[in-house]
Amino acid sequence: MSDTPKTTVLSLTEEEFVHPGNRACSGCSMGLLYRIGAKALGRDCIFVVPPSCMTVMQGLYPVSASQFPIFNCTFASTAAVATGVRAAMKRLGRTTQVVAWAGDGGTSDIGIQALSGALERGEDIIYICYDNEAYMNTGVQRSGTTPCSSLTTTTPFTGKAQAAKDVPAIVAAHNPTFVATCSASYPLDFHDKLLRAKQMRGLKYFHIQTPCPPGWGCEERLTIKIGRMAVESGLFVLYEIENGVKRLSEPSARLLKKGRRPVRDYLKLQVRFRHMSDEQIAALQAQVDARWDDYREAFADD
Amino acid sequence: MSNKCIDSGNNAAAHAARLAGVEVVAAYPITPQTPLTEKLSEWVASGEMDAEYVAVESEHSALGVCIGAASAGVRAFTATSANGLLYMSEQLHWAAGARLPLVMCVVNRGVGAPWSVWNDHQDAMSQRDTGWIQLFVKDHQEIVDVTIKAFRLAEAVHIPVMVNYDGYYLSHTYMPFELPDAEAVRAFLPPYVYKHALDPQRPENLNSVTLPDARRDAGGVLRGGYMDIRHNLQQEMHQALAVWEEIDADYRQRFGRGGAPVLEAYRLEDAEFVVVAMGTLANQFRDVVDRLRQEDGIRVGVLAVQVYRPFPARQLAEALQAARGVMVFEKGLSYGHQGALFADVKSALYPWPARPVLRNFIVGIGGREIPTNELCRNLKQACGQDELPPEVADTPNWIGLQL
Repeated sequence: MSDTPKTTVLSLTEEEFVHPGNRACSGCSMGLLYRIGAKALGRDCIFVVPPSCMTVMQGLYPVSASQFPIFNCTFASTAAVATGVRAAMKRLGRTTQVVAWAGDGGTSDIGIQALSGALERGEDIIYICYDNEAYMNTGVQRSGTTPCSSLTTTTPFTGKAQAAKDVPAIVAAHNPTFVATCSASYPLDFHDKLLRAKQMRGLKYFHIQTPCPPGWGCEERLTIKIGRMAVESGLFVLYEIENGVKRLSEPSARLLKKGRRPVRDYLKLQVRFRHMSDEQIAALQAQVDARWDDYREAFADD
Repeated sequence: MSNKCIDSGNNAAAHAARLAGVEVVAAYPITPQTPLTEKLSEWVASGEMDAEYVAVESEHSALGVCIGAASAGVRAFTATSANGLLYMSEQLHWAAGARLPLVMCVVNRGVGAPWSVWNDHQDAMSQRDTGWIQLFVKDHQEIVDVTIKAFRLAEAVHIPVMVNYDGYYLSHTYMPFELPDAEAVRAFLPPYVYKHALDPQRPENLNSVTLPDARRDAGGVLRGGYMDIRHNLQQEMHQALAVWEEIDADYRQRFGRGGAPVLEAYRLEDAEFVVVAMGTLANQFRDVVDRLRQEDGIRVGVLAVQVYRPFPARQLAEALQAARGVMVFEKGLSYGHQGALFADVKSALYPWPARPVLRNFIVGIGGREIPTNELCRNLKQACGQDELPPEVADTPNWIGLQL
């Protein structure tokens, strides 16, 4: 683990790379994440973005919501285009950071082939998947990372029947330089992980849960709270894998001692889970409990 | 200084990419393209070629890598065939819409299903409306010269260029050709400079969501909407023909080869009948018309269409004005209609007062043998029938069917 001091709101750089005013929905946690993440990445970056909320947030031609060069690519090709930009930087002798910034559908579904290729080749890029757990940009359709039982417009009435793909585990199976899970509700954790990832060569993958008020059916003012509850209930686990070693990040690690909130608290704040029966909630709680029993053994010394 | 060699068409294309100073090569194997990018991997690995070689996991990604590299301002290249080209289709539209000066060799092959690895032109024909310039070449020397010139065209007009050559007929056969001197090519094709390159010092957001209508930017300048941007592509596609002629003239002056880069006429001066064809088929027809002239006294010539998109409608109509009959022979179809090239030739002639009789022949689909004797027999017969009802003219004649 790193010895670098943790960034706080007091030590966070005041330099802004995201213009005030953009086209994100009110309460969007990805907008916050982008703004704070940009501070860690710094100016010497090129972004590659497939169709997603991020495309929308950047605004409409001929204006842009941020001060980065951005290449908007086709849905399936994010990691491939980032590879091409990286190859060009190498040719030009530049150390410019190439950052792929894609949604969960663009990563776990249509984009997974290109991502797998880039992982296998060990491309020197940062790949960020912001996971709002459905195709929010097109109006809330189920994606590979939509959780079981979640209501979407393509899983109406009873919710998604299948479990979410564990994308960070799929990525980790490629043995990349760095894998981290983050939450938009803990933006400084994301910030500091990015600072460290910037120093590493090879592919650095970030998987970030980003609560989405219109898609999840919650009040805009609750975005941060809901993201925190996902972590505090142990449903969404913050960890990092460096050189094959997995460690819980601080907000999750402290749950080992402190105990967890019931998942019910998290579920009941969102319309997408409101239909879940007591039995379904109990089953989910049992799954989470079992996972944390394993964690207690695995991370006992941390 | 130049270098004479005898080698395969795929290796000729690899030499051209190397001489053109390609900096990023993306590659995915597909028959009959594979030996081209294998050769490039060999040169990059041995240090004979100074480039980044990215072995990707699909054709969609191959073009994705080229799109990323070109957007960041370096010269990029890939090659494909058949279903690989179709798998790239979305990226083909994207590269053209983003106005990236990519060059790609397409080693033409029949499209599955059912699987065929042999040559026809259906792969390229199916992608003719993607906004790429499509060039067709007839031999190894043209593969070399046209590929080098294609980079200069793509970079001059900011439109990607597809260099099409026939699978196996050219890709795997050996022919003599001459390679231009590397220094001289560098003078002809200086390093690529892209003024909208992705650069943190001068950030631009490329290919963002664009409204139907024009809109002012932060500086108050009116910028076109989607339709205006597309109109520009169409206009500049047409202008590309004149630019191509200029580039060819310069190449001819420097290297002594070239001329007739858009349409190449053979024995057309006094021709009553003209065969229109693309690729190696146009070469084969030189033998056919020589024989018909000698043995039957039929005045017939060949017009090779070398630039298929943008379609040289005016030049083609002028070249065909004096003919009594025009016979379009092609290796692809617009299913449910007729040969795609035939439909284009017909539409090019429509606005002109004197319209020759037109006939359409489909040959060599999926590598079906194209015997010169058969071409002779069919062409001779067609030259004898100059009064044809329209419905007959609209129905392609298939040569060499076995059922």
